[in-house]
Amino acid sequence: MAHATPSQTIGPYWHLLLEPSWADLTRFGATGEVITLEGQITDGAGALVTDACVEIWQTSPPISETFDGFGRSRTDMNGMFHFKTIRPGPTPGLGNAQQAPHLALTILARGITKALMTRVYFEGDDGQDTDPVLNLIEDPKRRATLIAKKTSEGSYRTDICLQGPAETVFLDV
Amino acid sequence: MSDPVPFRPYAAGSQPDYNAPTYGSTALRHPSQPLLRVPHSLTETTGPQHDAARYPKRDMLTQVAGAPRESMGQRIVVEGHVTDEDGRPVPNTMIEIWMANAAGRYHHEGDQHDAPLDEHFDGAGRVFTDANGHYRYVAIKPGAYPWRNHHNAWRPNHIHYSLFGAGFASRLITQMYFEGDPLLALDPIYNSIPDPAARLRMVADLDIGLTEPEWALGYRFNVVLRGRGATPFEEPGEH
Ligand SMILES: [Fe+2]
Repeated sequence: MAHATPSQTIGPYWHLLLEPSWADLTRFGATGEVITLEGQITDGAGALVTDACVEIWQTSPPISETFDGFGRSRTDMNGMFHFKTIRPGPTPGLGNAQQAPHLALTILARGITKALMTRVYFEGDDGQDTDPVLNLIEDPKRRATLIAKKTSEGSYRTDICLQGPAETVFLDV
Repeated sequence: MSDPVPFRPYAAGSQPDYNAPTYGSTALRHPSQPLLRVPHSLTETTGPQHDAARYPKRDMLTQVAGAPRESMGQRIVVEGHVTDEDGRPVPNTMIEIWMANAAGRYHHEGDQHDAPLDEHFDGAGRVFTDANGHYRYVAIKPGAYPWRNHHNAWRPNHIHYSLFGAGFASRLITQMYFEGDPLLALDPIYNSIPDPAARLRMVADLDIGLTEPEWALGYRFNVVLRGRGATPFEEPGEH
């Protein structure tokens, strides 16, 4: 059996790939409840991470001609990323489990040797008490790092801290 | 509904640690807490599948649209196969590539290395594998460049790769290096992979069979993405 090719950092020059339109997951005409998600990324010293590539993936709503479930945003000079997408619904977990609505989110940057993966849940959604991933996190403060705050109707914010006391929970996927 | 088949854990030593002390930028950007191991649901076992009609290919990096002449540099053909760890082809998957120009400078405002830009080269490409997992593109051999990680630090010649594969859990960002490059032994990024045999999987070999006479040197670079596996989630892994 062959082994997987090793990961390497995406480095500081990945913007050569950047297409800003990819941050809008409605760009192929998807319809549904549109939401926005933004957030700020900081490092272990509290400095803004202004060169990150942030990607999201969602399996709900189902993938279709008008929705491919994938988005990519850079972080800007304020360390902020911005997405526009369709609100996900609950999805099946393993066995009979149900997962609360969520997105998968990946952070790639200079100094990050392998994709940092996490999830984004949404404040106020049902099903978080019984969500199989959230329930693996005992510390309520850490668990809260996966739940985006509602800033206004249809708008959410999730700040990501790469290292330190407020560190986001990252997943071994 | 039956559970989706999970991806297997990575082999021990085959992937870099997040904290790589000789690679300075990892110091404040690595998680200090252990990662939370999660079972693979549909969120992890499925992933972005890009429609080639919506993500047009760019496989001739030596020719920038509108540029009156070819890029400067040593012309190369790069081809290979993308497979999973069980040797199965990964078909119709998008590969993104980006690289410095022949002088070792990126077409990027953040790159202030005092080396010439080539207005006929932007260093960005995109290809898809075919039904057999095969891909190919034409580029120039990128130059080595200094990067200030430590005194007299130079990156080996390399081409950046981004691949998706079948699932969110198979996402891979890597770099392709060139056989015989003496800078590899000195490079903290290349050497951030604990297993030396695993490092070699990032090195492309000159292949005289792919080399096109009177035109371009050929390099073969095969990429292996995670396989789906029988390793049960609860089994103690190498993580
Ligand atoms: Fe590079």
